[in-house]
Amino acid sequence: MNLITITTFLPLLGAVALVLHGLFWGARGTDKAQLDNHYRWIALLITIVTFVVSLLILPGFDSSQAGPQMTQKVSWIGALGVSYFVGIDGLTIWLVILSTFLMPVAVLASWNVTKRVREYMVFLLILETGMLGVFVSFDMFLFYLFFEVTLIPMYFLIGVWGGERRIYAAVKFFVYTVVGSLLMLIAIIAVYIYNGATTFDIVEITSNIATGATIIPAGLRLWLWMAFALAFFIKVPLFPLHTWLPDAHVEAPTAGSIILAGVLLKMGTYGLMRFNLPLFPDISQKAAPFVMALAVIGIIYGALVAMIQPDMKKLVAYSSVSHLGFVVLGIFSFTELGMQGALYQMLNHGISTGALFLCVGIIYERRHTRLIAEYGGLATVMPRYSTLFIVVALSSLGLPLLNGFVGEFLILIGTFSSAVPYAKLLTVFAATGVILSAVYLLWMLQRVLFGEITKKDNAELEEMNWREKTALIPLVIMAIVMGVGPMIFLRGTEKSVNSIRESVQSIVRR
Amino acid sequence: MADARGSPHAIDQTTMLKWIVLAPLVGAIINGFFGKRLGEKLIGLIASASVAVSAVLAFTVFFTQLLPLPADQRVITEHLFTWIKVGSFQADFAYLLDPLSGIYILFITGVGLLIHIYATGYMHGDPGYYRFFTYLNLFMFMMLTLVLADNLLLLFVGWEGVGLCSYLLIGYYIRRKEAGDAAKKAFITNRIGDFGYMIAMFLVFTTFGTISFVTKGGVVGFPAQAAALPAEGLWALGTLTGIALLLFVGATGKSAQIPLFVWLPDAMAGPTPVSALIHAATMVTAGVYLTARCSAVVVKSPTAMAVMAVIGAATAIFAATIGLAQNDIKKVLAYSTVSQLGYMFLACGVGAITAGVFHVVTHAFFKALLFLGSGSVIHGMHEEQDIRRMGGLRKYMPITFGTMMAGWLAISGFPLLSGFFSKDEILWKTWSTTALPHGWGRALWVVAALTALITAVYMTRMMVMTFFGESRFGGAGHSGHDDHSKQAHHSKNDHHGEDHGHHGDPHESPAVMWIPLAVLAVLSVVGGFVGVPAALGGSNHFEHFLEPVIAHVAPAGEAAPHAAMGHGEGHGIGGGPAAASVDVAPAAHAEDHHDVGTERLFTVISVLLGFLGIGIGAAVWLRNPLKTMPKVLEEKYYVDEIYESAVIQPLEHTSRDLLWKVVDVRIIDGFVNGVAKSFAGLSGILRYTQSGSARNYAAVILIGAIIIIGYFGFLAAR
Repeated sequence: MNLITITTFLPLLGAVALVLHGLFWGARGTDKAQLDNHYRWIALLITIVTFVVSLLILPGFDSSQAGPQMTQKVSWIGALGVSYFVGIDGLTIWLVILSTFLMPVAVLASWNVTKRVREYMVFLLILETGMLGVFVSFDMFLFYLFFEVTLIPMYFLIGVWGGERRIYAAVKFFVYTVVGSLLMLIAIIAVYIYNGATTFDIVEITSNIATGATIIPAGLRLWLWMAFALAFFIKVPLFPLHTWLPDAHVEAPTAGSIILAGVLLKMGTYGLMRFNLPLFPDISQKAAPFVMALAVIGIIYGALVAMIQPDMKKLVAYSSVSHLGFVVLGIFSFTELGMQGALYQMLNHGISTGALFLCVGIIYERRHTRLIAEYGGLATVMPRYSTLFIVVALSSLGLPLLNGFVGEFLILIGTFSSAVPYAKLLTVFAATGVILSAVYLLWMLQRVLFGEITKKDNAELEEMNWREKTALIPLVIMAIVMGVGPMIFLRGTEKSVNSIRESVQSIVRR
Repeated sequence: MADARGSPHAIDQTTMLKWIVLAPLVGAIINGFFGKRLGEKLIGLIASASVAVSAVLAFTVFFTQLLPLPADQRVITEHLFTWIKVGSFQADFAYLLDPLSGIYILFITGVGLLIHIYATGYMHGDPGYYRFFTYLNLFMFMMLTLVLADNLLLLFVGWEGVGLCSYLLIGYYIRRKEAGDAAKKAFITNRIGDFGYMIAMFLVFTTFGTISFVTKGGVVGFPAQAAALPAEGLWALGTLTGIALLLFVGATGKSAQIPLFVWLPDAMAGPTPVSALIHAATMVTAGVYLTARCSAVVVKSPTAMAVMAVIGAATAIFAATIGLAQNDIKKVLAYSTVSQLGYMFLACGVGAITAGVFHVVTHAFFKALLFLGSGSVIHGMHEEQDIRRMGGLRKYMPITFGTMMAGWLAISGFPLLSGFFSKDEILWKTWSTTALPHGWGRALWVVAALTALITAVYMTRMMVMTFFGESRFGGAGHSGHDDHSKQAHHSKNDHHGEDHGHHGDPHESPAVMWIPLAVLAVLSVVGGFVGVPAALGGSNHFEHFLEPVIAHVAPAGEAAPHAAMGHGEGHGIGGGPAAASVDVAPAAHAEDHHDVGTERLFTVISVLLGFLGIGIGAAVWLRNPLKTMPKVLEEKYYVDEIYESAVIQPLEHTSRDLLWKVVDVRIIDGFVNGVAKSFAGLSGILRYTQSGSARNYAAVILIGAIIIIGYFGFLAAR
């Protein structure tokens, strides 16, 4: 069996096991609380096993190769040229491991969910298979299928287990994303047809376009680029397509927010690198200044709006808009520094923002409010929690020796040395995001952790328990490891990133 | 040229450098993880010992390895690992020891050790003892990383790292709101400066293709490249001006210059040893270090130097005048620090970078001394910081008084004390500068001389109000605490327990506190002798020792940097590569006799200014210790208020009332909801959203199913 396939479908298998387990033990009359505990432990076990299995990919990964490795390709709908084609390359290796790494954290963060625990865990596991599938697919049809699959469990996680306005948020999330992905579907089919309607193989189509074997009419290229871009920009989300995100985050349960910010948003930036750049290099080049401008607006706008949010989750959500702006900026710099930085920042954001949501979740479960004004002085009652929260915030605001800095720095220096028009000017504006992230995060820390305890409900808050520590500490350790030793990760991504960069730049020479 | 001088290559020459840096980190880790379980004694021992290891190693490497090398080849490097390498960009964890970083590590570890020892006494009884020393050790690690870094990015790691430690230590009393505010303000203000630093770094990379200070992998370090640039290349000089100015933006943040100085006075909310170590002796002088480290770039840009000189002089006098009217003993010293930092940048701006670095060192001695002394006073006065409620303390705290006298006289420019030599040199170099257009030097000199006078006045005022005259504490005095001292009182009460009570007489501090004071007092007195200028009969070892670093990084532009370095009094600042000037010594000797008479005259003037200031201070405040000062000075020219209403409020207002509530909610979401509603099917869903019933899920699943079936159908139909 192919290791990639095993990793991808293990969670789905686990979901099936959960259902069967429920049916079997439920029929024997095991009481609900006990059964719920079974579900939690089984889900945790499955996600941990999946993580361990995904780590096994690493030793066999050859960082000197640009294309997909450890592939498995099986014809699926032969008449249409659809195949089950999975594999891994430098772009996705760490995204896959990030996803499997965040899942046990998400399960641990969901320990206190009591409403329909089995369905909840089943959705989480389906979600994991969906997002892993997105990253490992090298067939456009398969990619699209997985892209849509992630939508449904997320919709339910928000819509059923969310906060007060969960239905509004879920529908908004759904509608936004579906609009984008429908357009993408049309674009995929168009590319498929122009490529001869024989295959959905991404590698083949990309190389046909690079060599000129497949030529999409110039007028159409723009529209197709826009169709792909819209789907991904919504997912990222790029300003001004971001308004679904704060609502989705605020209403989603903690695990939903962790996965949404940690992994699902990266499907957008990943898609840009996988599809928009190599399939439409000329359009990508022409669009770069505009996209970068939107990214920079997003960086500043997201940070400013984050600054004045009274709700912690909204604050973190808007900070995501700001941080993902950096990623898009780096991608469209078309420099090795910028694109490597972008890829690294995707991972960083997954760790840091996942951890931020976890931190918010930990106190939300104690106080059932996300309002910053309801807190204050927590450092006195929860010193360990506060220390970790501070480290997480520092990693998010890009303090050197923590992960966020490396990504932001590479993106900024890459963009500054980019040949894209106005890149230097845009970098200068983007760099103000570094100041603003310190403003909103430190301000939040101060109001939540420092000062005297002003609300009597906060006076006796419990320190983190073992479960919360188990979830949070690995994220903090990763933040440090990724900040001190970025080359561990960047070496593996170099070749694939460069091949995409070259595919964009080759068009200039022609 | 660079090669002729033995351009430094990144070869491992010593394995000790990394332990200088890492020893305090080890201390921080031990105390950070296990400190809660260790006793005060052990925590203090671990923290101090780790710094002691650094200090011993620093002195050893400096005197046994660096100093024996030939004067122009004093470079030791050590490579730990490659931190980031992407494309042609590379940044290593690698250290560079040369005369500049050598001087810095000596006084950082030396003063740092003294302050650690002092702090074991000062922080006695504090519930966060281990936390304090963890941060303090972490600071030492970051500061040493900063000065030993062999490239701009690793320097930036230290740069932001000391900022973090400063943040943690200013906000050390976590329950005090103003401590938190001050900490946040410090970090954010520094980040504004860091923004400039980062852009400068990008410019250095795109201009020179490297951010390393030394030659690495065949790429010559950027300072050497900058030095080799011909003076005529105007486009390049424009870029260099940009780099120099942006680096200076970074320096204004870290070293508290106009307009970013506002965080430093507030930073006094941190414990006093922190004020001494971070906010006086070491971290705040990092901007000067950066300027000296990048001097090859800086000296190429007359514009940047002029800006630096003017900002420095303006900051010096501006902060000094504020210092005249402060009543919190630490605030007086804080504004004094800002003012003295201004002197250092004035020195850099007029091209006397070594004089600036010299002042960094002497200032580290006397200002650390003054801060620790003030801490001793505060300690002895049971957390009183208001000098209006002191007076006559010399009877109660003779050792503190005696040692602080040394600091007071040193900063006031009393002849032969450390501050006298360094300040005098800056004043003279300002007057005689050839780096600036004609006349500028003299105008700046007037400002600097006036500042020297004011400095002597406010320092004398502080000393008089604290130590001389009648006691103004006890009885009624104690009930009149202002908010600030009440807060301080409250917080420190937690750890000082009941043994002191509130109404005991002021008392002298324990030996663990006064011994470091005594050592610093000696250094403040004699520390200046390393840099006695030739005109006063010395041979200025300090300047000669540092000179190759600057000469080394600017070999092709000898004339300019040397005039700038103070060897060229009367020596035209001619542009163009002075190819033959590798051998600078004869030229320097020739200059030694030039203008000696004038230089001595100016020394006399600065001595007189110091005495005049002390005289004024004594005459006014001995007679009337509580003399009312102008409100505008007491209120610090309302700079904070201006920033608040001109920057912070508008930014918040715009973000909340325009960006969020209008752009996000009304325009974008309004549009999205409008579009959604215009589709009949979607509006149906949105209506259901109000009910929250299970039918909604069904509707959405249906849509999802239709989509999936739809495209299968579409594909099948083809």
